[in-house]
Parts: sequence; C-alpha cells; structure tokens
Amino acid sequence: MSMVSQLLEATIQAGTPILYATLGEIVAERSGVLNLGVEGMMIVGALAGFAVSYTTGNPWLGVFAAGLAGMLLASVHGTVCLVFQGNQVVSGLALTIFGVGLANFLGAPLVGVTTAGFSNAPIPILESIPVLGRALFSHDVLVYISFALPLLLWLFLERTSLGLSLRSAGQNPEASAAVGLNPVAMRWLGTLTGGFLAGVGGAYLSLAATHMWTNSMTAGRGWIAVALVIFAFWRPGRAIFGAYLFGAAMSLQLRLQAMGANVPSSFLHMLPYALTVLVLVVSGVRGRGRAAPAALGVNIEPSE
Amino acid sequence: MLGFKPVRRRDPLPWGSFLVFAGALALCLAISELLLVLQGKPLFQGLYLLWDGGFAHGYSLEDTVIKAMPIYLCALGVAVSFRMQIWNIGAEGQFAMGAIGATWAALNFSGLPAWMLLPLMLCGAALTGGLWALFPALLRVRYGVNEIIVTLMGNYIAILVLDYLVYGPWKDPVSFGFPMTPEFTDAAIIGLLPGTRIHWGIAICLGVSFLLWVFLRRTRLGYELKASGEGVKPALYAHMPYAGLVMLVMTLCGVLAGWAGAMEASATVNRLQPSIMVGYGYTAVVVAWLARLRISSIAFYSFLLAGLRVGVENLQLELQVPAAFGGILEGSLLLTVLAGQFFEKYKLVPARGGKNA
Repeated sequence: MSMVSQLLEATIQAGTPILYATLGEIVAERSGVLNLGVEGMMIVGALAGFAVSYTTGNPWLGVFAAGLAGMLLASVHGTVCLVFQGNQVVSGLALTIFGVGLANFLGAPLVGVTTAGFSNAPIPILESIPVLGRALFSHDVLVYISFALPLLLWLFLERTSLGLSLRSAGQNPEASAAVGLNPVAMRWLGTLTGGFLAGVGGAYLSLAATHMWTNSMTAGRGWIAVALVIFAFWRPGRAIFGAYLFGAAMSLQLRLQAMGANVPSSFLHMLPYALTVLVLVVSGVRGRGRAAPAALGVNIEPSE
Repeated sequence: MLGFKPVRRRDPLPWGSFLVFAGALALCLAISELLLVLQGKPLFQGLYLLWDGGFAHGYSLEDTVIKAMPIYLCALGVAVSFRMQIWNIGAEGQFAMGAIGATWAALNFSGLPAWMLLPLMLCGAALTGGLWALFPALLRVRYGVNEIIVTLMGNYIAILVLDYLVYGPWKDPVSFGFPMTPEFTDAAIIGLLPGTRIHWGIAICLGVSFLLWVFLRRTRLGYELKASGEGVKPALYAHMPYAGLVMLVMTLCGVLAGWAGAMEASATVNRLQPSIMVGYGYTAVVVAWLARLRISSIAFYSFLLAGLRVGVENLQLELQVPAAFGGILEGSLLLTVLAGQFFEKYKLVPARGGKNA
C-alpha cells in the first residue's frame, strides 16, 4: 500500500467528524442562528454515542443517541435565543462550557473501557481502484454517509421549498414572515439539524476513529468546524475541502510524531489551531465574509 | 407561546436584574442538585458542601478571594471588549502568555531585588499578554477576520507554548521529570498580606480598578470607548477611530489577563507549570456577562463564581464529584440568566382568542 494512499485514508478519517459538524453548523447558520455551542454538542454526542453503544452493543443506536443528545443541547440554545431572545454569541459560548462540563462529569465512569463501535466495511470492486480506491472506499459506513451528505444538504437548501424557506429565515425573517412563512420554525429546524449532525460528528470520534471515551476528546474540533463554515462560504460542497484540509493537517501531525520528527510535539499539536487562523485570514483577505446570511445572529423579536 | 403572549413592558421590571439573577441561581442549583442525586449522592449534602467550601468560614473565604483576583482582572478586560461588541474569548490564552512573560523575567533576572524584579515581571506579562491579544485585533480590523475563533485558537496555541516551555527549555533539571520550571527566588514571589493567605495581588486589583475608572470616566479616549459600546456604526458616524479603539481594548484585555497569569505563577504556585491553567479566562466570560458588562458589578460576580469554584473543589474532595461539575454550574447559570433577561423587557399575558403569533 502506497504512502500517499495511506495518508489520504487517514486524512478522510480525521476530517469526517469535522465535516459532520461543519455541515450541521452551515444549516443552522443558513437559518440565521449562530450556534457557538458546536464543541459542546459534539462532545455530548461523543459521550452519548459511546455510552449507548457500550450498553446496547449496537453502534447504530449509539449514533442515533449521539444525534439526539446534540439535538437536545441545541434545543437549549433554541430556547434561550428563539424563545427568550438571548444573545446568540453568549448563549453558544455558555452551551459549550455547559456541554463540555456535562460530558466530562457524566463520562467519568466510562474512562478506560472500550466498545466495538464501527469497523471498516470496504466496498468490494471500488476498493481495488489504484491509490484512490483504498483512500476513499475502505472506511466505515459513517464515512460513506458523509460523502453523500453535502450533496443531500445542497439539494435540500437550494432545490426544495422548505430549504428556500429556511434560507429566507436567515436572510430576511421579516420578509419571510410577511409572505406567510414561519421563520421561527425554520430557525428551530436549522438549530436542531445542526445539533443532530454535531452530535453524530462527536460520535464518530468515540465509535469509529477510536473506540473509547476520553475527557475533552473533541479537543477544539467543534471550534474548527465553526471556522470552516466561514471558509466554506456557507456552502455544503465547499465544506468538504475544508474538513479534509484539517484531516490532512491532523494526520500529518500524527505521522510526523510517529516518525520521530525532530520537532517538539507541542508544536505539532498546534498545527490544526494555527491552520484555522490561517484559513480564516485567507477567507478574510478574499473578502467573502459578505457571503454570510444577512440576518445571521440577529434574533426575531416577538410580534405583539 | 403556550397560550401566553409576550408584551413589551412600558417600564423596566423593578429590581429586574437582581430577580433574574436570583431565579437563575436557584434554577441552576436545582439542576446541579438533580445531577448529584441522580449520581447517587446524598440529598442536599452537595449543596451544603458547595456553600461550606466557598463561603461559610474565614478559611474558605480566603480561598475564594485568592481565586477571585485573577478572574476579576480577566473579566474587566473581557467586559470592556464585549461592550464594544468585540467578542474576545482569548483571556485564557492571554493569561497563559502573561504567566510566560513573567516567568521569563523571573528566571532571567533572578539576581534583582524584589522592588525591581516584580515590576519587571509585570512588564513582561503586560508585553506578552498584550501582544497576544493585539494579534487577533489586527486581523480583525485589517482583514475582518472573526475574532471569536482567532482568540479561541489563540487559547489552545498559548497553552501548547506553555507546555513546550515547561517540558523543554525551561524545565527544572531537578524536577524528576515533572513539567515545571525551577521555583522562583523570593524576590520573584508576590508576598502575603500579614496574617492572611491573601497575597498583595489584591493591591494590583485595586490599582487597576482605580485606573480603569479614571480612564473610562475622566478621559476623552475612555468616553469614546464607552460610546462605541453601541457598536461599530454609531462609532463611525461619530468619527471615532474605531479600528484604534478595537486594538486598544484588546491590548488592554491582554495586559490585564496577562497580569492575572503573572499573579498565579508568582504568588500561587511560585513557578510556571501547566496546572496554573484552570479556565479562569472562560469563567471571566461568564462573570462579565452576569455583571451585565458593568465594571462596578464585576467584583461581586468574580467573588461569587470564585466561591463556586472553591465549593466544587470541596465537592471533589468530599463526594468524589468530577471537577467538570464547575463547568455545568457556570454554563447553566449563564444560560438561565440569558433566558431570564427576557422577563425584564417583556411580560407574558394570557393570549385571547386561540392561537397567537
């Protein structure tokens, strides 16, 4: 097996949890809700997925539970911001503080055990394509789902009336309400979908990438996902590039460490975080902040 | 909303912010109690230990004051930047950088007397903490880069820099492999107030409060800063140097958080080691918002959340509750206060005639 193929395979595996979370946050932000709680939702998902898979022995139940747990946390953000008009930035931050605390608190007894989780399910024929076959088609099922997801979300956002309604809640909720749509309901839909996908992204870490639960195992990936939404200009398709760019940085960092590179490990660990800043600067220089939904982060005041 | 309809209050709810905070605190303690009971801990013992550990007697109050000081310094900076709608979440990293700057001075000029070395350490901390905060400010004003994420990434990076130093070049050769620098010389340690365990850092806190008050109330720049709290557009209409203010505020925040880090390294652990990073920078965000970004309220909320932190340590010790419990308390308190603020502006009246918007 070639080195390139191995590195590509590791890149996709490391990028997958970030891809799920980024796609989820794209849907939330397109509906106008800025949810900075992604890190919290991811880690709660990682714990719920692991705990359910560990007790039932069924990884699919685990993934579903992870999605629900992410959604439950997202509904706290929805309640604070969509019902009680709380500040979206601060609520998201609080959600992360709360979620990380909750997961580390409830997860304490599970540190040190392992569960079967997902194993690789190579796709027959496709797997034998030289170089790319191994890199793309020798993964677990969650990776294959993540290949299809950007297309599905794109179709939903751009080609369905529900997607149009959701986007209008993020662009101009007053106009949206004026033509008889329900922007608040659309924001709930975006927030909950975002929470579900962030939870699944977290579960990927505890059920596929590793088969265990460790404290603070998301290690900032949720924040990277928030940054990638800006890099992706709020488009599901572009999220793929961003997520795999980070996957590459993370697997390269591990590879260099394993090879005993003459660089202190602290500096290697910095790579993804420094890359996030770089990616934001590049997006900033190209001036695409304007691609943001016009009403992103602005609450819809209750009508009287 | 479930048969009720929000109606905007004509006058703000009297005692609104107090009522909201009291309600939120009660709700958050109820959630915590529920979690403890579900974990099989005895009823109400957890809440008692929380109170007992943080506030009940002189020894615990001293602990609370010691923890309140770094939170207070970080929260002042965070609040001033939040007022400008600059979402600086980087106090944690600026704190780490400040501790690094102070340690650099303490290790390299250990021969100096205290009256020269301590100010030098504070200068070092101001420089490293301030520059660390200036970088995201520059990116923000120059390229419009989102400061929330850059300051957050800065936190992760700063902590890794700290790790690198204490595992590598600054490691104490006789530490038996523990990641820590050599212990500071006496001249580099901020001393204690006679008869207490509280260190003279409290004088730094008081000095900073006074200077900040003078700056915000008595100088033109401070006035502009307060005025630009309304956001970027009003500031620009009034021809204020918005970009300059952003850089000033962020640097100020970095200097204050840096001093908090220097205080922790010098007075509390007497050396640089990874355990000084306990999340004061994130608690400062909670404090700043609970205080409604009012400088005058920050001391009270710093004290309160420091007490909760000490209380959680007590819980850890007595009931083997994980330290992460503190995050649950802080996060749920902030979330409930955010939701509760709704009732200061609106009241719910029963909706007449079926469904409502």
